[in-house]
Amino acid sequence: MSNHNEHAEEHKHTIGYGTYTIIWFALLALTAVTVAVAGINLGEYTLFVAMVVAAIKAMIVINVFMHIKFDDLIVKWLLGFCGFIFAVMFLFLAFDVLLRY
Amino acid sequence: MSNSIDLHEHSAHSHGGAHHHRDDLGAKIGMWLFLFTEVILFGGLFLLYFSYRVKYSHDFHLAAKELNVVVGTLNTGILLTSSLTMALSILALTKRQKTLSLVFLGATIACAFGFLYNKYFEWGAKIHHGIYPGSEKLAEREHGEVVFFGLYYSMTGLHTFHVIVGIIFLTFFGIQIIRDKIRFDYYSKLENVGLYWHLVDLIWIFLFPLFYLLH
Repeated sequence: MSNHNEHAEEHKHTIGYGTYTIIWFALLALTAVTVAVAGINLGEYTLFVAMVVAAIKAMIVINVFMHIKFDDLIVKWLLGFCGFIFAVMFLFLAFDVLLRY
Repeated sequence: MSNSIDLHEHSAHSHGGAHHHRDDLGAKIGMWLFLFTEVILFGGLFLLYFSYRVKYSHDFHLAAKELNVVVGTLNTGILLTSSLTMALSILALTKRQKTLSLVFLGATIACAFGFLYNKYFEWGAKIHHGIYPGSEKLAEREHGEVVFFGLYYSMTGLHTFHVIVGIIFLTFFGIQIIRDKIRFDYYSKLENVGLYWHLVDLIWIFLFPLFYLLH
């Protein structure tokens, strides 16, 4: 009985063919946006804008394709922990590098 | 039809339950832990890229002009498409559409080969122009440009290595689907290789603007 419930729950969380295709279109559109924006000279903001668009694409891939949205809390926490470690590494390096040059 | 599937499922459950210990969540957590080591591996290289980009900002812009934006964009599209077909392959399998699942998996592998094909010509052209690590022609250039191409070859090279490993695993699991070792009620292996494949896509999402779109 509990097995059946689990199955029902799984089906509720399944993303359909249509949603995946829409997400794919969105990712391609965002790629077109970055390529187009790269043609405009934004000076020192170029890197920032490119990284923001890349981060949006990454969030979409992680949430939809990698199903993190529907995953157990422990997986979300692990992902958050990994992101935190990387952020700390980046932050301390950025302090050093940006103040040096 | 549905009766035979039910019977099959039932026997698989009782059979599998008696002899094999299955822990899909454990497998998934293990996969994510592996992916985090990958993030830190590539993350270290991204940090290296960041510090050198700040130091040699001008040289990086100069060197990046030589990369082919069209090929880079094309490869981005190819990898995004392969991510889509990977997700659809898993979805099809859970819906008991085995053939469709295999078709999507085949499309994913085809996309991966397409990516490698473009990379082969891209690198080939660069090497033909004398731009490769340790070349004399490259050594005559500004130090920042040498660093840029060093990072370009090591980071996209490590990424391409991941694509090749992905092809091997996708093919291996495709065979397991054909042999019903991976099925609609037992697909955590396919799900986990999918996670790996999406990570390969994720890394490229960041590599692409950092190397190709510096104008």
